[in-house]
Amino acid sequence: MADQAQFSDLAMEYMPALYSAALRMTRNPADAEDLVQETYLKAYRSFAGFESGTNLKAWLYRILTNTYINTYRAKKRRPEIADVEDVEDLYLYRRLGGDQAAGLGRSAEDEALDRFTDTDVKAAIESLPDSFRIAVLLADVEGFSYKEIADITDVPIGTVMSRIHRGRKALQKALFEFGSARGLVGASGDGR
Amino acid sequence: MGTAFVNCDETIERLYSYLDGELTDDRRREIAQHLDLCGPCVHAFGFEAELRKVIANRCRDHVPDALIDRVASALKEEQIHPQG
Repeated sequence: MADQAQFSDLAMEYMPALYSAALRMTRNPADAEDLVQETYLKAYRSFAGFESGTNLKAWLYRILTNTYINTYRAKKRRPEIADVEDVEDLYLYRRLGGDQAAGLGRSAEDEALDRFTDTDVKAAIESLPDSFRIAVLLADVEGFSYKEIADITDVPIGTVMSRIHRGRKALQKALFEFGSARGLVGASGDGR
Repeated sequence: MGTAFVNCDETIERLYSYLDGELTDDRRREIAQHLDLCGPCVHAFGFEAELRKVIANRCRDHVPDALIDRVASALKEEQIHPQG
């Protein structure tokens, strides 16, 4: 049992992380703010059922994710593409010339990564279909384990793993396409 | 002993599970053993780990002060007049 009076002290520190996730999910600041507020209200109301000592951050993400899926996704007008195409392993690495590189020190393809801006990375994540976007966000931005993500999203761990792996590869392709369109990375894979 | 040797394809196939710390101890040892001997795979793993960091670091947003105030007052209101 958790004490409702302690809720704000414990939960408010997660707002930056929750707000970023809400922005990536809704892709819209006004909806993201509403989603975060709703998450905090729901969490407060059911805080008595939260088991003290367990993972509060994961519990808040579970409420956020469910609220997004049940409320915001439902009101979207255009139907969402449900799948991603299969993208080969090491897609971005090979296109940035990683497999040709040798030598010491920081490599050219690592340096190429520095040229991607916040806007590129956010847009690439936001281009992924919901279930892949959420899995990649929870794993790569928030650092949750496969098991935690399975609990947060209520899907089997094998499905979580497949979504993370395929979602990451689709994300690499999207990043490369945004980068090429802006001339950040050479389409030939040889920007040196 | 008893650990099978894995090749580059098998190593790359397990790259994400390895970096995520989601392999069994045996599998993890097999991959680590391959990485000890294979420069190109180490290089590729290094890139993927770096990419992960870049993605995490580029996805932070500033929380509007108005949102913090909004949530704080919604919670206060809820304390006085519970609706749940």
